[in-house]
Amino acid sequence: MRTIGLLLCGWLLSASCLAAIDPALLKPLASEDSDTKIAAIAALAQAAPEEALPVLKALADNSLALAGERVVIVDGARALDAASNTEIKPAPVAAEPIGINNRVRRELSAALAALRLFSGERAVRWQAAQEVTLSADAKMLPLLDKALAAETDPEIKTRLQLAHAQASLGSTDAGVRLDAVRTLGDSSDPRVRQLLIPLTEKRGDQWFEPDSAVRAAAGTSIRSIEQRLAWADNLGRAFTGLSLGSILLLAALGLAITYGVMGVINMAHGELLMVGAYSAWAMQSVFRAYLPGALDWYLLAAIPVGFLAAALVGVLMERLVIRHLYGRPLETLLATWGISLFLMQVARTLFGAQNVEVANPVWMAGGIELLPNLMLPWNRIIIVGFSIAVLAAMWAILNLTRLGMFVRAVTQNRPMAGCVGVPTGRVDTLAFGLGAGIAGLGGVALSQIANVGPDMGTGYIVDSFMVVVLGGVGQLAGAVWAALGLGVFTKFLEGWTGAVVAKIVVLVFIIIFIQKRPQGLFALKGRFVES
Amino acid sequence: MRTPFLIRLGRSFDARSWQLVGLFAAFALVAVPIMHLVLPPEHPLHLSTYFITLTGKILCYAIVAVAMDLIWGYGGILSLGHGLFFALGGYAFGMYLMRQIGRDGSYQSELPDFMVFLDWKELPWFWAGSDSFLWVALLVLVVPALIAFVFGYFAFRSRIKGVYFSIITQALTYAAMLLFFRNETGFGGNNGFTDFKRILGYSITAPETRVVLFGLSALALIGTLLLARYLVTSKYGRVLTAIRDAESRVMFIGYNPLWYKLFVWTLSAMLCAIAGALYVPQVGIINPSEMSVANSIEIAIWVAVGGRGTLIGPVIGAFIVNLAKSWFTVSFPEYWLFFLGTLFIVATLYLPQGVVGLWFKLRAGFRREGGELAPTTRGAGA
Repeated sequence: MRTIGLLLCGWLLSASCLAAIDPALLKPLASEDSDTKIAAIAALAQAAPEEALPVLKALADNSLALAGERVVIVDGARALDAASNTEIKPAPVAAEPIGINNRVRRELSAALAALRLFSGERAVRWQAAQEVTLSADAKMLPLLDKALAAETDPEIKTRLQLAHAQASLGSTDAGVRLDAVRTLGDSSDPRVRQLLIPLTEKRGDQWFEPDSAVRAAAGTSIRSIEQRLAWADNLGRAFTGLSLGSILLLAALGLAITYGVMGVINMAHGELLMVGAYSAWAMQSVFRAYLPGALDWYLLAAIPVGFLAAALVGVLMERLVIRHLYGRPLETLLATWGISLFLMQVARTLFGAQNVEVANPVWMAGGIELLPNLMLPWNRIIIVGFSIAVLAAMWAILNLTRLGMFVRAVTQNRPMAGCVGVPTGRVDTLAFGLGAGIAGLGGVALSQIANVGPDMGTGYIVDSFMVVVLGGVGQLAGAVWAALGLGVFTKFLEGWTGAVVAKIVVLVFIIIFIQKRPQGLFALKGRFVES
Repeated sequence: MRTPFLIRLGRSFDARSWQLVGLFAAFALVAVPIMHLVLPPEHPLHLSTYFITLTGKILCYAIVAVAMDLIWGYGGILSLGHGLFFALGGYAFGMYLMRQIGRDGSYQSELPDFMVFLDWKELPWFWAGSDSFLWVALLVLVVPALIAFVFGYFAFRSRIKGVYFSIITQALTYAAMLLFFRNETGFGGNNGFTDFKRILGYSITAPETRVVLFGLSALALIGTLLLARYLVTSKYGRVLTAIRDAESRVMFIGYNPLWYKLFVWTLSAMLCAIAGALYVPQVGIINPSEMSVANSIEIAIWVAVGGRGTLIGPVIGAFIVNLAKSWFTVSFPEYWLFFLGTLFIVATLYLPQGVVGLWFKLRAGFRREGGELAPTTRGAGA
């Protein structure tokens, strides 16, 4: 520490930046003693941030060597003079590599991170600023000061101020510490909270932080960080709830149509999701084999394929089985359960019992980091958007097309619709195909965030029924509110009680809710005569 | 004057049915023990342990099927939650069996192994008295009945019916399964109860114990059939069938369907629980997967295959489906789901009255060829 301080003073006095590094600064790097080496690294970093970077990088890569009195960077067959960064010709014969141990390596990587703060590229500086925040300590202060002065990007600047404050916590001056603690209160990083907590604690009889004003400020800062953290937590939960809700919505929309129109519970609905998910996988394989260049866009092709595949299965189901059970809803339920077993086994036979791997396209990877502890992944954002689009399309079909009008008519009063000339049989088939196709779309979306395997459908079937039951029959609005409500409610409950208990509570809640409102949230108004 | 109970019971079956019941009882209670215990293993009529456990298991399933038929075939209520009551009965009796292990478990503790594993120091309150056979026998009956009663009361009072009812019973059993999967619930979590050693002090794997359990299952099935037959031929049964066919009309006449439905629903749950309690010692394990959604739906297919609205149908259905299952899962495991799926579809599409209905139809066909009038088959609506 002290050596670094001394060397630092030396640098501050020497004032001007050097185009080439003073060889005297390089020499100690080759020392046998680790402390000397560490001191040399720090000195080098302070003295010439830009020029030192290649040298330190070379040291980290084990390609720095000592040739006689000169420190050289070995680059394959060539050798560069570390001081002037120019090639030496002819290359020195006997260059002895400079080795480093773990302790030196740690210091080295901290120094490298600090040096990258002066990089010309914003992304590199941003990355470096984040790394520095984690490891900032007092000896970095001068460097941080310098970086702060040079920094123009406001975002990075904020980050650096945080790092600076963190580094100042180790200062012996209570005033500096107080300022630092106050600045840190603006952070919303859980790691900063961890850093501040010791300041308010006692070690034995002694306060960890001797100054009471600093202690009080630390307490205030911790509280404000915690408030911000809790806020971000809730925001994050609301978002995951929203994304769960949109998945539920995709799964339940199709179910709501088929149940609304035909009064039929389709137990094979989960397997229609599976069909959609497997189509996404199939399109991925097709693209991988024939269009490897456009592999990232397989998902766009999977959307129509998934819709059509599931719709086809749905139409076949309706034509071959469900049609013949008209007016016997309980038997339809059993028959569709049989179909679901059948489809599951077909998937197992065709694609194997193991889950297949569906990769996220590159453009869905990553996410938006709103706050340090709040990351919104792109795939979930896209799924929320996708389900909104599907919902809009569905609304348009139901309200703006002739088919939609027929579907609504049959939902409301089947015999009367038939009397005025609606071909109810064909409407049934089309509505079932539409519902199945939407399930297929849901499956395509699911393939991006969940496992794709023969059993994937069973996990969603109970949930999507709950959405339909909660929302009321044949009601788009009901399904939307029920899905989003259930999604958000579940996620918030999970935060308190854990996933399994949350699920149980939600199911019990729905069971009780149905007792109170057997028609769901949004009952169709009218005078219905029960059969 | 009301006819005495025993006479009414006697009249609820015709003479040939009584003969069949007697024959079955004689077979299960006399012939099976002799064939299993007395005859040497190489004798052609010897019954293997495999046969006894498999048949004993299916007998329990048959009780469940009859219970299901009571509410579905006669009450028109399709429950997808009967696996729950079956499993509850099994768990209640399993508690007793776990206590009977005593100190013979892997940890040599008074507590069941899984509790030692969870580092629990004493039994949770709901395990109190579980070392007493009588108390547990009471639990087997009361707990499922209570749950069924409370759930049924609220459901039927709000006049939830049809697929809605099916779906929320499914949600109920699914929630219960998740609950029982948790270790903290105190029922062994994932693994449930297993490694039983004794029942009432007798070794649970002894051939004699197996034969007794088998006989008890057969008796329970006979008892269930008699009770069910008595119920459906009584005035209560008529009202129940009427509610199934036209609930609104029955209400307009002045009956309150709530109590009729609630009674048969609770009774059905209790019968399932008895079956579960008999099932666990014979199979030697009970775990939460018994409450899975698929299991409960399978019960419905036993009834559908055998024939709803008949009492012998569900028994036949339970035997057909489960024998097929044990044959398929050994010989062609990959085709079992194809078979079961097809069975669901075919049974609902082409066998609305099940195999029993098919039998009546065929017989009617023969008779018509012989110049007689065909008897009308009994209807059993949705």
